Amino acid sequence: MKPAAFEYCRPDTVEEAIALLAEFGGDANVLAGGMSLGAMLNMRLARPAALVDIKRIPGFDAVSVNGEARTGATLTQARALEHTALMRAVPLLGLALPWTGHFQTRNRGTLAGSVAHADPSAETPLVLATLDGEVELASARGTRRLRAREFFVDVMTTAREPDELVTALIWPKAGAATRHAFAEIAQRHGDFAIVACAVAAEVDASGRLRALSLGLGGVESRPLVADTAAFLGERADRALAGAIAAAAAERVDPLNDHKASADYRRALVRTLGAQVLAQAFKTDS
Amino acid sequence: MQRIKPDARVTVTLEVDGRTRRGTAEPRTLLSDFIRHELGLYGTHVGCEHGVCGACTVMVDGRAVRSCVQFAVECDGAALRTVEGLAENGELNILQRAFRRHHALQCGFCTAGILMSTTDFLARCPDPTEAEVRDMLSGHLCRCTGYQTIVAAILDAAAELRATTKPSKGERP
Repeated sequence: MKPAAFEYCRPDTVEEAIALLAEFGGDANVLAGGMSLGAMLNMRLARPAALVDIKRIPGFDAVSVNGEARTGATLTQARALEHTALMRAVPLLGLALPWTGHFQTRNRGTLAGSVAHADPSAETPLVLATLDGEVELASARGTRRLRAREFFVDVMTTAREPDELVTALIWPKAGAATRHAFAEIAQRHGDFAIVACAVAAEVDASGRLRALSLGLGGVESRPLVADTAAFLGERADRALAGAIAAAAAERVDPLNDHKASADYRRALVRTLGAQVLAQAFKTDS
Repeated sequence: MQRIKPDARVTVTLEVDGRTRRGTAEPRTLLSDFIRHELGLYGTHVGCEHGVCGACTVMVDGRAVRSCVQFAVECDGAALRTVEGLAENGELNILQRAFRRHHALQCGFCTAGILMSTTDFLARCPDPTEAEVRDMLSGHLCRCTGYQTIVAAILDAAAELRATTKPSKGERP
């Protein structure tokens, strides 16, 4: 349970960090909090030639909230939860983060690290995809922004090129009328979700569903956003929540692994999905 | 920029429980191994060594974290707090006394980590509910106690800390 030897690199600037990634040509891992990478290194599931520790790049943990919220690459989950303006701008993140790992891992684990790692059951990638947020990537070739829905490709596989560094996450600000809910089922609290549901819903004054995003984590190999367009304009009540979740459960192609069978995951999409949707639809939430 | 070759040993300097301590580490030396083997502080225990069990939890720059999933070189210059730093003038502190009073340990392997998490937790959340304590404890595995006595000790310590440290806000237990 000790890592294989690696070169340790601690760049002082983003430019130095991306030059290192280019130099090692895909054989370097970016080290932020290390809450996922550390375990993989210890178990030698990862054996990179080098680690590029980005934690001491000045200002790389900054948060800005203007027309959209932007969280820097080394912002920890704990500091995100403590950031009042960020939590107000992106309430769904505030609902999801308490489900992420534990107090002790949130103290060190980062939002962007979780996104770059792309575990299909992780909360932060799910919230970013549900809200249609973006990932900012930098390399010597320049900076680009990619929608989260295109960034996540497969289990622990993203559209990031080997020489690219995730420099920030971009979160759309929640509208005043948008309601949110989040819940997941895991074997124990803090474990990886078997199924996680994230909902952002807008219900108009007459009680009809105006906009909806239903995100499902842990179900397929990447965070999934269900197609719910057919339900817009319907009365947002418990029956509609059940119908939307049942339709989503029909369409998913769930993972089948040691944690849960595909059938169980499908059943959770139906039942947990209905509960979380109903919670978001409630007028007092 | 700092670069350390895979087989190089470098000096790592930390402030540990208020004292400057130095040792040498390779890039791959885990912070937990550095604390035990280089600094000789065996109070920090190593359980699963992949960030799950919480036994190795210490405070780095004021936050409780797993020391087995970070590297000593990452922490160069950081301020550490370990279980060895909890006692005051050779006397158990309030939290440690509450653990003893409530029999909140049997074999004691998980205890150092839980004490360090709780030290951070109570500084941020001085008046926790039982549910909040249990949520914080979800990051630790204890196979002896069933957690009941640990929860009781932490709630008791929190009450005592509130009673004794009322005027000074933000002080750590």
